[in-house]
Amino acid sequence: MKKKKEFKRPDGRKPDELRPMQAKVGIVPNADGSAIFSFGDTIAIAAVYGPKKMHPQHQQDPEKGTLRCNYSMLSFSVDDRIRPGPNRRSREISKITEWALEPSLLIKRYPNMVIDVHINIIQANASTRCAGINAAAMALAQAGIPMKNIVSSVSIGKLDKNLVVDLNKDEEDWEEGEGSTDIPITMTPNGEITHIQLDGRITKEQLKEVIELAGKSAKKVYEVQKKALKESVKM
Amino acid sequence: METTRITGERIKEYLEKGKRFDGRKPEEFREISVETGISKKAEGSARVKIGKTEVIVGVKLDVKEPYPDSPNKGNLMVTSELLPLSSGRFEPGPPRFPAIELGRLIDRAIRESKFIQLEKLCIKEGEKVWGVFIDIYSINDGGNLIDAAGLGAVIALKTARLPKYDEEKEKIIYGELTNKKVPVSEEIPVIVTTHKIGNGMIVDPTTEEEDVSEARITIGGSVEGSLFSIQKGNSKEITTEEMNKILDISEKTRKKVFSSIEKYLK
Repeated sequence: MKKKKEFKRPDGRKPDELRPMQAKVGIVPNADGSAIFSFGDTIAIAAVYGPKKMHPQHQQDPEKGTLRCNYSMLSFSVDDRIRPGPNRRSREISKITEWALEPSLLIKRYPNMVIDVHINIIQANASTRCAGINAAAMALAQAGIPMKNIVSSVSIGKLDKNLVVDLNKDEEDWEEGEGSTDIPITMTPNGEITHIQLDGRITKEQLKEVIELAGKSAKKVYEVQKKALKESVKM
Repeated sequence: METTRITGERIKEYLEKGKRFDGRKPEEFREISVETGISKKAEGSARVKIGKTEVIVGVKLDVKEPYPDSPNKGNLMVTSELLPLSSGRFEPGPPRFPAIELGRLIDRAIRESKFIQLEKLCIKEGEKVWGVFIDIYSINDGGNLIDAAGLGAVIALKTARLPKYDEEKEKIIYGELTNKKVPVSEEIPVIVTTHKIGNGMIVDPTTEEEDVSEARITIGGSVEGSLFSIQKGNSKEITTEEMNKILDISEKTRKKVFSSIEKYLK
C-alpha cells in the first residue's frame, strides 16, 4: 500500500516542477549584453557593460578583471513599496551574485578592467536572486565574456517536511508544520556549486537531498538559458 | 597589509601536508575565551576571544512599534561594525560589505533558529513590543570574526535581562533590570565557517588564511543536528563531494565549539 501521498503545493505544481520559465537575450540595445529571465511572476532583467577600464584607477586589479554586480529591486516590484536605492539586503545579494557568477568566467583575461552587471527585479514573487543570476549569466554570455560554462540558479524549498523546487511567495511564507526553509543554489552544468544559501531548519541528510534535487532542477534552467542564447544568434 | 602571494602558496603547501603556520591541525580551533557582563549599560553583553581575534557584543532593549508583518512579535535587529581600531584594514565611514554581511549572517542564524522567542516579547499586539538590538564590534581582527561574533551574540543574549518598563509613563527605566530574562530557547545556534584553500579544508582561519581562502561556507546549526542558515562566500566553486565533506567538518567542529562555551550558556 502506498503510504505517502504526494504533497499538494498551493499553486498545484508538482514538487519538482518549476514555474514556467521565460528567457530572452538582447533586451537592452545599449548594453554589451542583456537578458530577461522569469520564473512565473518573478521577472529579472540584467545588462552587462564592459569589459571597460576600471575607474577609479586605484581599484584596478592588475592580476584579473573585476566583476561588479548591482542587484536592485524596483520600488514597485512588491506589495509594500521599497525605498529606492541600495539597502543591506540588496548589497548582500549583489556580492552573492558576483560570487555565483565569477567561477564560470575567464576573468583573468581582463586585468585592470571591470565588467559591470546590473540586475533589476521588475516584478517579484520570490526567488528573485535566482532569476537575477540566471539573467546575468545569459547577459554575460551575450556580451561575449569568455566563460567555461553558464551557471544556473534555482531555489529549493522545504515546506514542512516536503522538498519543492522554485519557491513562490506563498511557499516562502509557509507556516504549517516545520514551516518553510529556503535554499537558493547556483550550479554549473557539471554540478559544481558556486552559490548556496539557506534560511530555516534542516538536517544534514535532508540538505544532501536538496543539493541533488538542485542539480536536476538547475539543468532544466540551463536548457532554457541555452535555448534563448541560441535563438539570439539565429539570422 | 595584504597577504603576499608567496605566503599564500606556502599556506597551501603546508596544508597539503596537513599543517598550518601556527602549528594547528586543519580542523583545530584556537582557544576560545569568554567574558560576560562587560558593559553595565547594556542589558546583556559578552566578549569573545578566539586566539588573537576579539569581538564584543552588546544587547540593548527598547520598546518599539512592531513591524507590520509581525504585529505580535518582538523586533530583532543585528548590526555589526568593523572598528578601525581593530585592524589597519578597516576604515571609518559607512559600513562596507564585510560589516553588512557579518551582521546579516548572525541575524539569520539567530532568527531562523528561533533562538529568541520573539512572540514572548509582545507587550500590546500591533502597538508595543520589545525590540532586541544586537550590536557587534570587532576589537581585534585575527581572522574568523564571523564565528566569534556568532558566539558573542548567543552568549550576550543568554545573559540579557529586560529593563524595568513603566507602563503608565510608557518609559523604560534603564539601569534597573528586572529578573526577567530575554526569552530564549534551549536549542542554541552555533556558527562555524569552513574554508577551502587549495585542496585543503580548514576551520577557524587566521587573517592570512582568510586572505587566501577560495571558498567559504558559513553554517549556523545546533548540536541537536538542525541547520538553520548557510552562506557560501568567495568566488570558487565547490563540488558536491566537497560540500558533503564541509557538512561533516562543520558538524564535528560545532560540537567541539559548543562544549567549550557550554558553561556560559547555563
